[in-house]
Amino acid sequence: MNAIAPISAGQPQAIVSRFVVPAIRCAGCISKIENGLSSKPGILSARVNFSTKQVAVSHLPEIRDDQLTREIETLGFEAQILADNPLAEEKGSTDRLIRALAVAGFGMMNIMLLSVSVWSGAAGVTRDLFHWLSALIAIPVIAYAGRPFFASAAMALRYGRTNMDVPISIGILLATGLSLYETATGGAHAYFDGAVMLLFFLLAGRVLDGMMRDRAREGIGALLKQAAPGAMVVENDGNTRWVASRDLVPEMQMMVAAGESLAADGVIISGSSSFDCSLMTGESEPQPRSKGDMALAGTLNLSSPVIVRITATGEDTSVSDIARLMDDAGQRRSFYVRVADRAARFYAPAVHSLALLAFVFWMFAGAGWHQSLLIAVAVLIITCPCALGLAVPAAQVVASGALLRKGVMVKDGSALERLAEADYVLFDKTGTLTLGHPIPVNLDALSLTQKQITLALAQASRHPVSKGIRSALLALDIEPAALEEIREVPGEGMSATWGDVNVTLGKPEKSADHLSSQLTVGTEMVVLQLQDEIRPDAAEAIARLQALGLPASIISGDNMRSVSLVSRALGISAQASASPQDKVEAITRLSDSGHNVLMVGDGLNDGPALAAAHVSIAPGSASDVGQQAADAVFTSASLMPVALSIQVARRTMQIVHQNFALAIGYNICAVPLALTGMVTPLIAAIAMSLSSLIVVGNALRLNGAAN
Amino acid sequence: MSGLAILIPVALLMGLCGLVFFFWAMRNDQFEDLDGAAQRVLIDEEEEPS
Repeated sequence: MNAIAPISAGQPQAIVSRFVVPAIRCAGCISKIENGLSSKPGILSARVNFSTKQVAVSHLPEIRDDQLTREIETLGFEAQILADNPLAEEKGSTDRLIRALAVAGFGMMNIMLLSVSVWSGAAGVTRDLFHWLSALIAIPVIAYAGRPFFASAAMALRYGRTNMDVPISIGILLATGLSLYETATGGAHAYFDGAVMLLFFLLAGRVLDGMMRDRAREGIGALLKQAAPGAMVVENDGNTRWVASRDLVPEMQMMVAAGESLAADGVIISGSSSFDCSLMTGESEPQPRSKGDMALAGTLNLSSPVIVRITATGEDTSVSDIARLMDDAGQRRSFYVRVADRAARFYAPAVHSLALLAFVFWMFAGAGWHQSLLIAVAVLIITCPCALGLAVPAAQVVASGALLRKGVMVKDGSALERLAEADYVLFDKTGTLTLGHPIPVNLDALSLTQKQITLALAQASRHPVSKGIRSALLALDIEPAALEEIREVPGEGMSATWGDVNVTLGKPEKSADHLSSQLTVGTEMVVLQLQDEIRPDAAEAIARLQALGLPASIISGDNMRSVSLVSRALGISAQASASPQDKVEAITRLSDSGHNVLMVGDGLNDGPALAAAHVSIAPGSASDVGQQAADAVFTSASLMPVALSIQVARRTMQIVHQNFALAIGYNICAVPLALTGMVTPLIAAIAMSLSSLIVVGNALRLNGAAN
Repeated sequence: MSGLAILIPVALLMGLCGLVFFFWAMRNDQFEDLDGAAQRVLIDEEEEPS
């Protein structure tokens, strides 16, 4: 994220860039990064945020982001530039709620101080003085802290609907108005304490809800990677210059180096290379492309530089097509009504008619309009969904905290509600059921020297096969051999000299039918087999999902042969070569037949399906689009978190229902008291705090739900 | 009654001070990095950071 930050006068304008550094683990890392960066020329300051594993670097405009990334890497930490955070605004809303909560807490405590004196017998002038003081505190506090509720209630009423905030707002406003009247006429009871306490408890619920969303979003924002920001464009005179993505136009010729992502769709006009399309199509093997072939934005050029004539940019690229498909698919989900609002639909009219009935009844009974109104307000305060407002967020916050400790980030409360309802699960293959990168399976065939040579060769290439071999060898603590003249021949492999022996790592002479690589050292030859391994406990996770009543099947964009290998290994049905549109249709078919589909997928091609499904989960290695479309993200290599999330979500809904039952039970006891006019402000205050404490206590039981 | 005239304003003022301090802390991002604050205690400051 780049933002202009004002700094002390006389210095040039500094820019703040944010980086994700997942490896920050201790105080040592903090001081190493901060001191190491701020001693570099051009960097004004660096500040580590340990909780979010981010570094904010304030630097002069002439230093580019990739230079900073390298600086952090030389300090020994992998860093990733953080793209503009579209979620920053959301965070502001939680801050506003916390401020409102602080004000309500301040008001509540001070009014309670005065109220206790009144309850313990202050009378006459003292009582009136205390009531006036309470009013003086309560009115500004309610005006400030009540805004979130009033605004949302007004919005709902404008569209002729009702939500939880409508009874809350009416209750609070009526109670305040009536208390003010009581105070002015020297009456015995003022409900300022009740009104402010109500606000405090309800705001606590909202703050919990907001904090849960922020926490997951920070985690997910930390995983977002920046898409290709632009391309090197070849001018007519043969020079090249850097052009940002939004300024690219068709017919420009862009040069794409090995290891770069394409910023626009185009046709290759010179060179040939292989492309990693796994995020776009789900195909696990690199696709060879040469002159005349299409290359799509978002795919990664793996082996050699190519020149691409742009045919479509920005909104017109295939990536954007997928984004549009996703928008359409997401429509269905926006109709989902959260459980608290569903409860409010019945609750609000019931409570309002009850209060109105009480008022009418006492009018007829001859209690006078003042007494009748007092009773009606008491009914509203007593029934105000204090416990209901806390019941859902408290349970969901505790549950998502428990899941977070197991590496699952749930984006919001409604995701937990929908997870609990899922009854069918669809898996993508590449990157979801499998780890998404090929790893060698017969490394034991190599001697130690051969391993060292292999590592040195593999290190120099970005090809997924090389990457897989490299990470497997690094995991064995192998040191690379010293090689000279390392060269990469596109489509063939790596070659170099070791002492005076020629060594190569590349395509086997006899082309095998799946991923493999051949090492030659002089005359020795070894063929390494690679496989995109299935996640270690995929079979157990699927069995557990089935035990929970969720049958599973695979829907993949990859070819039939790769898919059937996985589906046979796991014993579940599969659909291969599915386009993003096919995936959405499969989900729509299942939904129409009454299923709530859980989609688990990672790629760009899964984006629309993730948005169309009732609820969706993506692995942490997923594409940006995948992570943004999904309701939850899990970061472990294991697939078990998917089954675990379902279990925890169901347990959460159990607790939520228990809390509802508690809240309603409390109402059944308290409402008759209110209806008969026996509720004093003291009883209202005790009843409210007690019921809130009970639901929060019940929610805390979820803390161990993920163990 | 005369005691109350002093005690109540004092109590309110102290509460307000707390509230103002909390707002100040929020505005200055004091709650942004709670885990980091716990870790920073352990950093030896041999040289003054610039």
